[in-house]
Amino acid sequence: MIELQAVNKWYGDFQALKNINLSIAKGEKVVVCGPSGSGKSTMIRLINRLEVHQSGKVVVDGIELTDDLKSVEAIRSEVGMVFQSFNLFPHLTVLENLTLAPIWVRRMPKREAEEQAMQYLGRVQIPEQAHKYPGQLSGGQQQRVAIARALCMQPRVMLFDEPTSALDPEMIKEVLDVMIELAKEGMTMVCVTHEMGFARTVADRVVFMDQGEIVEAAPPKEFFAAPKTDRAKLFLSQILGH
Amino acid sequence: MSLSRGAIGWSRENLFSGWGNTLVTLLIIWLAWKLALPFFDWAITKAIWVDPDAQACRAAKGVGACWALITEKHRLILFGTYPFEAQWRPALAVLVLVALYIISALRACWRPWLALAWVAGLGAIGVLMWGGVFGLVYVENERWGGLALTLLLATFGIAFAFPLSILLALGRRSEMPIIRWLSVGYIELIRGVPLISLLFMASVMLPLFLPEGLTVDKLLRAQIAMILFAAAYLAEVVRGGLQAIPRGQYEAAQALGLSYWKSMGFIILPQALRISIPPLVNVFIGFFKDTSLVLIIGLFDLLTTVKVSITEPKWTGYGVEAYLFASAVYFVFCFSMSRYSQALEVSLASSAARTPVKEAG
Repeated sequence: MIELQAVNKWYGDFQALKNINLSIAKGEKVVVCGPSGSGKSTMIRLINRLEVHQSGKVVVDGIELTDDLKSVEAIRSEVGMVFQSFNLFPHLTVLENLTLAPIWVRRMPKREAEEQAMQYLGRVQIPEQAHKYPGQLSGGQQQRVAIARALCMQPRVMLFDEPTSALDPEMIKEVLDVMIELAKEGMTMVCVTHEMGFARTVADRVVFMDQGEIVEAAPPKEFFAAPKTDRAKLFLSQILGH
Repeated sequence: MSLSRGAIGWSRENLFSGWGNTLVTLLIIWLAWKLALPFFDWAITKAIWVDPDAQACRAAKGVGACWALITEKHRLILFGTYPFEAQWRPALAVLVLVALYIISALRACWRPWLALAWVAGLGAIGVLMWGGVFGLVYVENERWGGLALTLLLATFGIAFAFPLSILLALGRRSEMPIIRWLSVGYIELIRGVPLISLLFMASVMLPLFLPEGLTVDKLLRAQIAMILFAAAYLAEVVRGGLQAIPRGQYEAAQALGLSYWKSMGFIILPQALRISIPPLVNVFIGFFKDTSLVLIIGLFDLLTTVKVSITEPKWTGYGVEAYLFASAVYFVFCFSMSRYSQALEVSLASSAARTPVKEAG
C-alpha cells in the first residue's frame, strides 16, 4: 500500500530523513514514535506529499509521488490526513467542512455528500454539531470533526500526525476511541503519536525514529517488552517513566 | 437618578475635573462658538439659494454663501457637457449604479444572480450613456462628464482592478519563479510611479506606439491606466491577507485533494479577503478620490465640472461654494463606504465565533 525506499530529505544542510525504508501493507496499523525532531512528522507528511523528498522513492497505492500534480492530487484524495492543530476551515460550518471535498473533488451530488457527512458525524458521535462553526466546538469535538472530514473522502489510508497532542487530557480519550473504532474496521493507518496505550491496543507495528532514521520497527509487544537499541530504551524510559 | 444629573456628573468628571481641564474645555467651547456660529450664519441663514442673474450673490459677497451657483449649474456639475435635453440618461445611469451598490451591500443578495444583475445593470448603463439604439441619440464619450463619469471610472476601475489584484497577489506567492517575478515586477513598477504620470503616458505616449489607424479613445485609456494602478495597490493588501492565513489551512486543503484554484477559491481567499476588509476599503476610498486626477488629461469628472462651473464671468469668485459642494458629494460616497465596511466587519464577526480555536495544551 505504502512503500518508502531509500528516502532522504534535507532542509538546507540539515538532513531531516536518512535512508528511510518502510513498507506498509493494506489494513496494517503502524504507530510511529520517537523524540521530537526525530523526523516522524516529516516522514508521514511525505506520504501525501505535503513534504517533498529529494532522493529515494515514495509509492502509494501503486502510484509514485513525483512533481506531477495530477498524480499528487489523486493520491491526496485517497489518503486522509488528521493534523495536530485540527485545521478545520473556520469560515465554514461543520457540515460544509465535511462536504466541500466530496462535492468538488469527488463530484458527489450535494445531497448525497450531506447524507454521507451526517453519517460520519454520527460515527464520531457529534451529529448535533453539524450546523455550528468549528470555533464553537471544543478541541476534542474539532478533532473528531477533522477525522470525519477525512473519512468523507472514503480514503484508503489514514494518516494521523500527533492527533491528540494539542488536546486537553480529558478530551484525548474521545478522540482515541474514534481512532480505535476505525482501526477495528480494518482501515490502513499510520499514526504519529506518544499515546503508548493506543500503540499497544491497535498497532501491528511500532516504528521508532531518532535523528531522521528508523531505529527499530517491531510489533508492540516485542518493542515495549524488549527494545533492542539503547536509544529506544532511553526514549521508553522517559515517556513511560512518569 | 435622572438623565440630566448623569450628564452633569459625566461632564464634571470628564470636562471640569481640575482647573487645567476646565480651562481647556472653556477654550474649546469658545472657539467652537466663534467658528461654528459665523459658518452657520454664512452657510444657512444669510445664504442665497436662488439667483439666476447673480445680482443678489454679488451683494451678499462675503456675508452669505452663494448656493445659487449650485442651483444654476447643477446640471453642468453633475453631467458635464452631456447634451442638455438628454441628461435624464446619465441621471438614470447614476441611479442604476447607486441601486447596484445598494443591492451589493445587502448580504441577503449575495447570490449568483447578483453577478447577472451587474452585467444587466452595466449593459443598461452603456445603452443609456452611449445611446444610438432604441431611438436614443448617440453621444460619444468625450461628452460624458460630472458625477456620472466619476462614478463610472471608480466602479469600472474597482470592478476590474480587484480581480486583477487577486491574481497578482497569488502570483507574487506562486512557487513558479517566472510568475512570481512578473507579479513582483509589475507591482513594484506601478507602485513606483505616480498615477499622474501613468495617466499622461496613457493619454500622450500610448497613441504614439499604436499602429497607424488604430485608436483607443481617451476615456478607455484613462480607465485602463487607473485599473493598472489600483490593481498594484490592492494586490499588496490582498497579499497581506493571504499571509495572515495559517499554513495549516493550506495543508488541510491540499490534503483533501483540492486543486490549487479550488483551495484558493473555497478556503484561502474567503478568509484572507475577510480580514483584509479595512485596508481594502481604505484603498477603494483613495481610488475613488484619485479618479479626480483625470482632469489633467482633459476628462470632465466631477471636480473638473465644478471647476468649469465657476469660469463663467458672472459666477467667478464663488470657488468656496463650488468646492464645498464637490467635497460634500465625495464625502457622501466615501463615508458610506467607510460605514458599510465597519458594519460588514461587525456582521461577519458576529455571525459566529469563527476564529480558529487552538486548545491550550
